[in-house]
Amino acid sequence: MSESRIETIFSTLRSEGRRGLAPFIVGGRPSVEETARLLPALQAAGASIVEVGIPFSDPIADGPVIAAAMHKALESGVHTRDVLNAVQRARSSCSLGIVAMASVSLAQRVGVARFVGEAKDAGIDGFIFPDAPLEEAPPLVEAVREVGLTASLLVAPTTPRARAEKIVGLCSGFVYLMARLGITGESAAAPEIGARVAELREMTDLPIACGFGVSKAEHVRAVVEHADAAIVGSALVRRIEDAAERGEDAAEAAGAFVRELGVGLKDAGAAA
Amino acid sequence: MTTIPSLSALPDGRGRFGDYGGAYVPETLVGALQQLRDEYVRAKADPSFQRELDALLRDFVGRPTALCPAERLTAHARAGAAKGKGASIWLKREDLAHTGAHKINNTVGQGLLARRMGKPRVIAETGAGQHGVATATAAARLGLRCEVYMGAEDARRQRLNVVRMRLLGARVVEVDAGSRTLKDATNEAMRDWMASVEDTHYILGSVVGPHPFPTIVRDFQSVIGVEAKRQCEETFGALPDAVIACVGGGSNAAGIFYPFIDDAGVRLVGVEAGGRGGAAGEHAAPLAHGSPGVLHGSLSYVLQDEEGQTAPVHSCSAGLDYPGVGPEHSFWKDAGRVEYTSVTDAEALDAFVLMAESEGIIPALETAHAIAGAVKLAARMDKKHNLVINVSGRGDKDVDEAARLLDSRGGGP
Repeated sequence: MSESRIETIFSTLRSEGRRGLAPFIVGGRPSVEETARLLPALQAAGASIVEVGIPFSDPIADGPVIAAAMHKALESGVHTRDVLNAVQRARSSCSLGIVAMASVSLAQRVGVARFVGEAKDAGIDGFIFPDAPLEEAPPLVEAVREVGLTASLLVAPTTPRARAEKIVGLCSGFVYLMARLGITGESAAAPEIGARVAELREMTDLPIACGFGVSKAEHVRAVVEHADAAIVGSALVRRIEDAAERGEDAAEAAGAFVRELGVGLKDAGAAA
Repeated sequence: MTTIPSLSALPDGRGRFGDYGGAYVPETLVGALQQLRDEYVRAKADPSFQRELDALLRDFVGRPTALCPAERLTAHARAGAAKGKGASIWLKREDLAHTGAHKINNTVGQGLLARRMGKPRVIAETGAGQHGVATATAAARLGLRCEVYMGAEDARRQRLNVVRMRLLGARVVEVDAGSRTLKDATNEAMRDWMASVEDTHYILGSVVGPHPFPTIVRDFQSVIGVEAKRQCEETFGALPDAVIACVGGGSNAAGIFYPFIDDAGVRLVGVEAGGRGGAAGEHAAPLAHGSPGVLHGSLSYVLQDEEGQTAPVHSCSAGLDYPGVGPEHSFWKDAGRVEYTSVTDAEALDAFVLMAESEGIIPALETAHAIAGAVKLAARMDKKHNLVINVSGRGDKDVDEAARLLDSRGGGP
């Protein structure tokens, strides 16, 4: 099978000795049109991959910022289909990787194969199902592989080594390492992930992307000292929501913030 | 010879009741659930745990609770029945348990588990406030710190229970997100737990959530059915012909049904909240109107739209105002072992008044649903038959809300 877009992105980064930035946005916020504008704007600002959260009514893994944005999207009538349409419209004008972050509830309801297939048709490259741990993930992972996309499972700071090995074994594209316990959200201290990344590197050659609590350039720097990419969610979502609230251009605000985060990528990767 | 596997032998090793159940949770919680599973297995095998639990249930909770005949309620049901019809109605008095509801059976059990795991802090979600009060009570008794998440709308409807929890030393966190009811309180409690697993145990209040909660809560609540079975034998020398209970998440129903599951001659009936009618958003009856889906960590019947978003629900009872239901109930429904029906807000309110006036018991609005269902069911059963209602809780907490509802239809006290 030919290399997936996510694999190509990471192998290019590696061959150039660079690290990546993977911002997260909530699909349909501030509007479906804005989502379509945000994707190329994030790429222009230096993102390698963008995670698009599909709004869900009960996102238990998400903190207050992302959960509130999801509720707002749903209240304004955004459906999964609308988010996929936005991705489809943006797809031709950008080459960055687009990963859908979706609750297993949504996939389960419409049928895993159909859910994954429709996302692929819209131009989605990979999936993260934050509420499908190792035990429940196999049918999802199988459906994703079936259509040639990637599936990234989460490894927590508390995940024992033997279990992490099994999780990594199910991943494709990249492994999602949680920088800390708890839910998504901003945090003051820079995460310490060196030992964990070293352990994962012994198990796999897959790239490692790290998120949860990564909220400024300094955190990005600390993360990419070890991991292949830094995922930034709540801090960006908050800026997008604030911009929308003030009537400012969300894509512009998001681009400016991602450029600011990109400072943390400078000089990184030399140790790769 | 083929052996038919017992319906009560579930869940399997993966926490599945047939297709239902499982543990759809972020990786962060997997370790805590595993720890809970292991500790529960050890505790069950440890006679000292059972002794300690039995002593608490006897001396602190006040068990066994009575099984008492409901003579005037029976007469009422017979008055509306055909000749030879109208079963004798019996009340399993969980309203007499300490704090006024069955919820305490589970919270003292899980409180002991928390202490065994060395976790000094417990959290809980609550709808009507009964589980919150029961958790705060067990926490006070066992010396654990306690925080309870409650939807802001529920905190308004159940102000008395908010005061009780605070008096018991618990911190009550009002949740303003989403529908501001039980579903959202559950989301917040799960989020808290993800960040606090190392020193905190989450005392989930119903037979819902990820494995092993549906099993643990069912087992701790089974004391209701075990006692009821014995009391029926002692009182009328036979198993009851039918047992009826209200179903929100379904813990009081699971507790009284489970010991009877393999007794095929005992009819089991669960009563969901029919709200204002069968239209979407007007009720809280996932077994009647829902479809299989994942909510709060397990696969079960859930009220949801065509793309999997949880649907809005309504019930006059805060404890039943929940879009999901325990996975074992979904299994029992599909297996045809338990019948599920629903009664409306108006019928429940009538039963609330009827129970107070005819039996001298003000029931919880949740329980009033079971009573409404029972009066209808008894009228269709033979006169020589016995029907047990699980009186899951008392209604002190509901008097303001009931008075408001009765006033609004012009029949206030």
